Amino acid sequence: MMLDFAIQGAQMLLVLGLAPLLLGLVRTLKARMLGRRGPNPIQPYRDLRRLIAKEAVVAENASWLYRAAPYVVFAAIWVAAALVPTFATGLVFSWSADLIAIVALLGTARFFLALAGLDIGTAFGGIGASREMLIAILAEPAMLMIVFTLALLAGSTQLSSIAAFMIDQEVGLRVSLGLALVALVMVAIAENARIPVDNPATHLELTMVHEAMVLEYSARHLAMIELGAALKLLLYISLIGCLFAPFGMARLGSGWEAYAIGLAAYLGKLLAGAFALALFETSIAKMRVFRVPEFLGAALMLGLLAVLLLFVTRSV
Amino acid sequence: MLLDWMPFDWILVAILALFALGPLAVTLRRWPNFARVLVYGGAGIASALICLAALLLLLRQGNAVAMWLPIGLPATALDGAGMIGGAHLRLDALGAFFLAVTSLGGVAASIYGLGYGRHESAPLRVLPFYPVFLAGMSLVIVADDAFVFLFSWELMSLSSWAMVLAQHRDAANRHAAFVYLCMASFGTLLLLLAFGLMSGGSGGFDFAHLRENSGGMNSLVLALVLIGAGSKAGLVPLHVWLPLAHPAAPSHVSALMSGVMTKVAIYGFIRVVFDILGAPEWWWGLPLIILGGLSAAFGILSAMMERDLKRLLAYSTIENVGFIFVGLGLALTFTGNERASWAALAFAAALFHVFNHVLMKGLMFMVAGAVLAATGERDIDRLGGLIHRLPQTAALALVGALALSALPPLNGFVSEWLTFQAILVSPELDPWALRLSIPAVGAVLALAAALAAATFVRAFGLSFLGRPRSTAAADAREVDGFSRLAMGCLGLLCVFTGIFPGFVIDALAPILGDLFGATLPRQDLSAWFTLTPISAERSSYNGLMTLLFIALSGGLAALIIHRLGSHRVRRAPAWDCGFPEPSPLTQYSALSFAQPVRRVFGSIAFSARERVTMPAPGDLAPARLEVSMTDHVWQSIYGPVEAAVNRAADRINLLQFLSIRQYLALVFAALVILLTVLAIWG
Repeated sequence: MMLDFAIQGAQMLLVLGLAPLLLGLVRTLKARMLGRRGPNPIQPYRDLRRLIAKEAVVAENASWLYRAAPYVVFAAIWVAAALVPTFATGLVFSWSADLIAIVALLGTARFFLALAGLDIGTAFGGIGASREMLIAILAEPAMLMIVFTLALLAGSTQLSSIAAFMIDQEVGLRVSLGLALVALVMVAIAENARIPVDNPATHLELTMVHEAMVLEYSARHLAMIELGAALKLLLYISLIGCLFAPFGMARLGSGWEAYAIGLAAYLGKLLAGAFALALFETSIAKMRVFRVPEFLGAALMLGLLAVLLLFVTRSV
Repeated sequence: MLLDWMPFDWILVAILALFALGPLAVTLRRWPNFARVLVYGGAGIASALICLAALLLLLRQGNAVAMWLPIGLPATALDGAGMIGGAHLRLDALGAFFLAVTSLGGVAASIYGLGYGRHESAPLRVLPFYPVFLAGMSLVIVADDAFVFLFSWELMSLSSWAMVLAQHRDAANRHAAFVYLCMASFGTLLLLLAFGLMSGGSGGFDFAHLRENSGGMNSLVLALVLIGAGSKAGLVPLHVWLPLAHPAAPSHVSALMSGVMTKVAIYGFIRVVFDILGAPEWWWGLPLIILGGLSAAFGILSAMMERDLKRLLAYSTIENVGFIFVGLGLALTFTGNERASWAALAFAAALFHVFNHVLMKGLMFMVAGAVLAATGERDIDRLGGLIHRLPQTAALALVGALALSALPPLNGFVSEWLTFQAILVSPELDPWALRLSIPAVGAVLALAAALAAATFVRAFGLSFLGRPRSTAAADAREVDGFSRLAMGCLGLLCVFTGIFPGFVIDALAPILGDLFGATLPRQDLSAWFTLTPISAERSSYNGLMTLLFIALSGGLAALIIHRLGSHRVRRAPAWDCGFPEPSPLTQYSALSFAQPVRRVFGSIAFSARERVTMPAPGDLAPARLEVSMTDHVWQSIYGPVEAAVNRAADRINLLQFLSIRQYLALVFAALVILLTVLAIWG
């Protein structure tokens, strides 16, 4: 029992500790691919430390919601990330939210962030909030279709159960799973404001979505939001790893070696995810905002197709 | 003697008291303040009594209680000996649940009315009808024969119609009331036909008799009830009256019409389809699921485009009714395919959403009323920054907006989560039509849920956050204590049901047992109030833990950062990329926030067209953006019907100008035709 709690605690701290590193790694890899030296991968930690130590500048007409939102956003994403199995299945608190609830928790974080964008009453905050909500509107049905695909296969929406199912059963190559994987990658790119949907490195305000929304934030509030964004990226890569590449994950009640293997495998998956993301981002151009509906519409269609294939092939 | 009374007696006495309050308000017209306190206070106490008694009946899980009153039509039911008259009343677990939920809404609206009623310009246009409206709704639920049911149904419609006309000098309100009256009469007409079909010429109209007698024409009855009750509940395409009429009434009445009256309509549907009609065909759920999905998507898309706060909420009601009907449709489908335990799950999801929607929509209409009272504005483009002026109302509005957006850890999420769980068990069904349509409806529901979040970010963000867009918004004052009390109660209940959903699920058990012979697992046995609708391996959700974790980790993060880092704050002008614009008009507006969604979905759903007029360089004329949207439902269904009725009326109008001989000839001809018909038929 104590071990279970320790695993859950380790998971919470692990995701929190690794998230900035993942972000730094993606930035460094991207820079290398573009022929630049790029920053040290630990640069995000330095940024966070610097931001936390600074005095916060808050607009005169900001309300309490503006100041509370970063903590709510961070907490909601952290809780969601802590419930996605990373190196071991069967987390102690996994029963407190299944995959649908985890997706909805990210929705709660987005809701508060969009409200914070509107709080100061500037046009940039509005444009960011309105576009962020558009992306969410398109991404959420696609995400739910992916959840449906997995839930239909594994007979559960519980992430631990799905991961255990994927490890234990001879799932094999399934068309539905392939479609769901492609759809999930597309949703993950959109949700994390990566190229081609949004550009995390841009400084041209009119082309930004996420960055425009948080334009007014500074110091510790900005640190919380940045950390939340890093956690969200980690969450999606962990999710893809846990659902579609569950190799090496330690099972409930296995020995220390299994956990060590699980941890190593998880780090390997993160590295692979970071590399793939950097490669993808350097090889594609950002699209116009109003091309995003087509991009995410394709994800929805893939997800729907995956579900329909499963519905049709069930118990024939 | 009073102690011997059973809960059902208390309920009837409270309904009678509500009926009496109406005329009493008229006699007190010289003392409007006293009348207001008496009517709302009395209605609140009576509703609380009904609510408590119904809860007692529901939680005690006893048998249904019935009563016969010697008033009403002479022959409403068949007895062993022959026809008997009078009114049949009965309350079973299903009725007790709906009665508890509707009267809970009644209590909150009455408390709110105590304060909000002060702003009424013509209190006598509201006060006499308000308690009668509440009584009518309660009476629909306790009715056990078709006559009492339809009588109280009409009472509910007409009394609310009168309150829609409270501000009758506004032509838009008169139009709304007229459309409402037409749709209400149409719906009742269909229900009348449905009851006639169920009775089948046997003459008995009590529900016990209808239950035995039903058969034969059941599919037709389903269609009639779906249209009849669906028009009252606001199913697309019968929803047109709802965004007109609900906002026209005073806000606490809007809360009742949108939050509670639509639920009474859903009760009527459930009573007939799930209880009286008996075993359903396998395809019966399909039209419900499709119409429900359509309502959910169309309702919330319309809400997203709306500028008027109360109309926006009315459109959101259509979305929620759609969610409920999808749940009911799934339950009907599962019953028709002999899967009782899944039917129980889907039905529990629908009933849970009924309860949640009463709370959330009641709360949000009251918030809209508070905004209206504080600023005199309903247009979100003339609001803004109210979080500084109405801090408590803003906090409660945030709770309502989160709940209506179906986000954890609030209650709206739980019922939508349950609906998704019910969708996920459906691939085991055999018929192909169901296998293909149910997942598609699942995607539509997910879209509706995401659109709801965007809609309420827009509604809350533009009206409560940002900078004030009008002087009225800048000078707003926090509303009175009664209003805040009513909103606070509903807000607390929203949070409470979000954290402890198991209590509601357990309370539903006797209903599920009555209707399906199956129940969900007992929730009070699971650890830490976790909700496990099927089994722990399959799915579980714990609102309490989610809230605790978020609060703890957020609080911890804030604490650590304030300790180790900096906690200093400096107030400064907004950054806005170095070019802050002082005019509040440069903020995002209702139109601009909705623009991305309008571009993506509007061209299909509303044929939205945008036209930009750019003046030539050097020309000082302002640039203009014009957006036109078409209401397809009105144009393709109601427009032609309206035109046809007008044409027919013009033709028939000639009959008003005949001479006496022509009238006599007409009467004679009618008589001859009728006799001929009788001769042929008889």
